Amino acid sequence: MAELVQRVDLIFGEYSDEKYKVLEETLSRSNEDIIKDLLNSGLKGRGGAGFPTAMKWKYAAEQPVKEKYVVCNADEGEPGTFKDREILSKVPRKVFSGMAICAKVIGAKKGFIYLRGEYRFMLPALQVELKEFHVYAKKLKLDFTIEIKMGSGAYICGEESALFESMEGKRGEPRNKPPYPTVSGYLSKPTVINNVETFVNVVVICRIGPVQYRKLGTQDSRGSKVFSVSGDTPKPGIYELELGMPLVRFVEEFGDGDTKAVQVGGASGFCVPMKKFKDTIIGFEGVPTGGSMMIFNSSRSMYNVLHNYLGFFEEESCGQCTPCRVGCQQLKKGIEAVKRGDKPVVYLDQLMKLSETMKITAKCGLGQSVANSFSSIVNNFKEEMIY
Amino acid sequence: MSPNGNLIRELVEKHGRSRTSLMPILQGVVERQNYIADYDLTDIAKELDLSAAQVYGTATFYSFLDTVPRGKYIIRVCKTITCDMHGKKTIVQTLENMLKIKVGETTQNKKFTLLETNCLGWCHKSPAMLINDEPYTELTPERIHDIIADFMNKS
Ligand SMILES: Cc1cc2nc3c(=O)[nH]c(=O)nc-3n(C[C@H](O)[C@H](O)[C@H](O)COP(=O)(O)O)c2cc1C
Ligand code: SF4
Ligand code: FES
Repeated sequence: MAELVQRVDLIFGEYSDEKYKVLEETLSRSNEDIIKDLLNSGLKGRGGAGFPTAMKWKYAAEQPVKEKYVVCNADEGEPGTFKDREILSKVPRKVFSGMAICAKVIGAKKGFIYLRGEYRFMLPALQVELKEFHVYAKKLKLDFTIEIKMGSGAYICGEESALFESMEGKRGEPRNKPPYPTVSGYLSKPTVINNVETFVNVVVICRIGPVQYRKLGTQDSRGSKVFSVSGDTPKPGIYELELGMPLVRFVEEFGDGDTKAVQVGGASGFCVPMKKFKDTIIGFEGVPTGGSMMIFNSSRSMYNVLHNYLGFFEEESCGQCTPCRVGCQQLKKGIEAVKRGDKPVVYLDQLMKLSETMKITAKCGLGQSVANSFSSIVNNFKEEMIY
Repeated sequence: MSPNGNLIRELVEKHGRSRTSLMPILQGVVERQNYIADYDLTDIAKELDLSAAQVYGTATFYSFLDTVPRGKYIIRVCKTITCDMHGKKTIVQTLENMLKIKVGETTQNKKFTLLETNCLGWCHKSPAMLINDEPYTELTPERIHDIIADFMNKS
């Protein structure tokens, strides 16, 4: 059978023959040049929000402060995401190189990898790789060290400002923004925080150049993306594919022939029903994703799916602000009441309004994005919510 | 001095006395004795010159920093959607039957604690669970029998 989607091999592609060769070559270039390449590449952050990486680095570089930090976000807690684990296991050197290039560009001497507690088993292997990195950094006369900080089982610590709080020994409660991390991040110093995959993309761009890189993907979604595919699929796993493909092609490749919906972007992403597969683009111009693609076939109850997501949010909400702390509980209780028949069907509209209110009033991305899955599931599978 | 003064001091020596050392210290206590006791929290507060409330606040925020006694082997079964779809309930039942405890409980000999947790990042090999730091994936009741039997024979 012909491949329906284009496989790419940039992120997981083989290392160069000499260790840290791309890093060495890039260190001899000017910071302006590197930022210009990133800008031309069109690279956007791979953690979900899709902020242009070049701008983030530029802002941090412009801060007239001596102490700056580079942080790699390896908290990977979004349900259905497991690609950062694979990247850190298979090509850790590329992650370290990306962080080191960032350190050079913004003028940082210290970097951190915030690794989720669930991945502690990876620590020994990563420490060995890090030791080697530090030897090479010294050889290249690069004054930059990387330390691994462990999480302890809190999804919210993937949110950048909560992550800094956690690294500072505090509860993982998101901060108000602005100020943004590039101005005030870890220890209130200018900080660049990027997803694991984003740092690897930087190395890819430095190796093949922005022109070659831009050939992959579409206008708004350049490059390749590592997808985590799970659910009702004959081939669950991790796949590096071109960005910007229509969802229908993805389903043809990965579905089991009976796909009724795909949740794109995890519990905080969107549920796309079959009738919209054709018109949905996976990428920043359509439905964005940090990589999570969960496939559901016709045997699944979308009520159960939504109920599971709401339970997730209820537990993982940091509880700091009322719309999210109370809202998540009430949404879950609400759909239970409608299902039992204790509340009329129109009550779903009221719940929908509540989720919209959360979108406007919640303090961080967690509470703001509950409405994504809530409204996309309730709107598209209303009868499943009732019967 | 509390029963654990030495452990706390050892961890403080290793990680330092600043607030940024708090997480590694708390994680170190859990690694050694599976949970953080009240006297550990006050000891750590004293060593780092923080209020007990601050240390308690941080510790209780994180689901892996247990502040109630736990067994030597903490089993955390993923209950998020993909694992749920692929047989998580049977896995939990099998564990409950073998260990003769319910989710949230610890065996009398303090060897096992059974908990549920959120997505572990192994959805493509679901259902999945952790026993302490170690992931176990593509679980079936048969595999659970083998895994737990092995642990029962361990000290
Ligand atoms: C609730 C919540 C959880 C998040 N979890 C992660 C995560 O696990 N990994 C990640 O890279 N970004 C996560 N983010 C996004 C980060 O806040 C941040 O935008 C990202 O690390 C920036 O990196 P990027 O520009 O390379 O994408 C999360 C955001 C929110 C609101
Ligand atoms: S939206 Fe939720 S997770 Fe975010 S700060 Fe408010 S309570 Fe915490
Ligand atoms: S849903 Fe269980 S590991 Fe992701």
